[in-house]
Amino acid sequence: MRHLMSPLDFSVAELDWILHLANDIEKNPTKYEAACRGKKLATLFYEPSTRTRLSFESAMMNLGGNVLGFSSADSSSAAKGESVSDTIRMISCYADICAMRHPKEGAPMVASLKSSIPVINAGDGGHQHPTQTLTDLLTIRSLKGQLDNLTIGLCGDLKFGRTVHSLIHALVRYPKIKFVLISPEELRLPDYIREDVLDSTNTEYKEVERLEDTMSELDLLYMTRVQKERFFNEEDYVRMKDFYILDKQKMTLAKPDMLVLHPLPRVNEISVEVDNDPRAAYFKQVQYGVYVRMALILTLLEVTVC
Amino acid sequence: MLNIGGISEGFVLDHIEAGKSMSIYKYLKLDKLDCCVAIIKNARSNKMGKKDIIKVECSIDLLNLDILGFIDHTITINIIKDDMIVEKKTLSLPKEIKNVIACKNPRCITSIEQELDQIFTLTDEKKEIYRCKYCEEKYSGNKA
Repeated sequence: MRHLMSPLDFSVAELDWILHLANDIEKNPTKYEAACRGKKLATLFYEPSTRTRLSFESAMMNLGGNVLGFSSADSSSAAKGESVSDTIRMISCYADICAMRHPKEGAPMVASLKSSIPVINAGDGGHQHPTQTLTDLLTIRSLKGQLDNLTIGLCGDLKFGRTVHSLIHALVRYPKIKFVLISPEELRLPDYIREDVLDSTNTEYKEVERLEDTMSELDLLYMTRVQKERFFNEEDYVRMKDFYILDKQKMTLAKPDMLVLHPLPRVNEISVEVDNDPRAAYFKQVQYGVYVRMALILTLLEVTVC
Repeated sequence: MLNIGGISEGFVLDHIEAGKSMSIYKYLKLDKLDCCVAIIKNARSNKMGKKDIIKVECSIDLLNLDILGFIDHTITINIIKDDMIVEKKTLSLPKEIKNVIACKNPRCITSIEQELDQIFTLTDEKKEIYRCKYCEEKYSGNKA
């Protein structure tokens, strides 16, 4: 039995297989509509989430399976003080697979150590969000046709942005990837990612503060939201939240085939006027998120569809 | 010069960085042993200038070598039997340590589920970096 805690749990070959499966699901959805009939997915969400939880539920329903779960710690036994270890032992009796989001880092890992069903990390604090990374990889590969030889701009909150950390981990395994890290001084990429991941793999990168200075060289711009919930201090959040706003004017500086991605939800960092630009791929990204979660559920449940 | 008698059976922890012997005494829980323990601080050393030494008159099996390796893998262990050094052990950095140090990340699951074992794994042998098994936070405190 396998779990998914980090995008690095899968080798490049295994990731390629999952992305390939997701593309097949996209092309032939009816082939998979009963693949998980009789199976149940438990969504254990200890903190609010719209996209990720609904994406998992939609993915399982598309496969003919059922879903159960809770969407906040208040509506679970956690409010009574139940540990993650005890909750997962109980859930293992009710479901065949589970997706867990928790505000504490490492909570899904604790669950995986006690679980008798596959556990998927659906986001743990500022740590990992591997299914967002799978979504990003599928979006890039489907729309760009490749995962190598790309110059990727990562913009916004690079300090607390777990999607950015996970994406960097995943992409450094592909050749000729170059990162442009665009952030204010206070939200720069943590040392442990810069040193342990970028430097140790000799990945080319540069750090800049102005988005306009680098737009023209990017094949892909990954925007992130400055997350209020990651700040201990409201004043710092207010100062940082509107540091970057991608608008029509800045898009004129970009290559004609540059993609704009965002893990969503967005607040002000992408102006709505950019939504109709053909390079804006963040809503397509949401759809790819469902396909890749379907592929992941099939893989972890070891369901094969002929 | 101060003379400390030899031990006939037990072990000697040698080449301890000067000043660290009391921390090692605490980490290894030597105070719990019902045997003779001698701590020598600031002994003269050709190699180190000054060093600490701990002599313990009990079986080496009672010693957690992983903890010692984590604190300082350059310490050497001399095992004594019948007043003779019968073996010299060298230490290496343990791949994993359990319940020796605690994660300081306030966002880590161990901060709210306190029955969990505090497990750290060696992620970079060259730089001697240990990370929390759950949240991957780097251990940045003093080892001893």
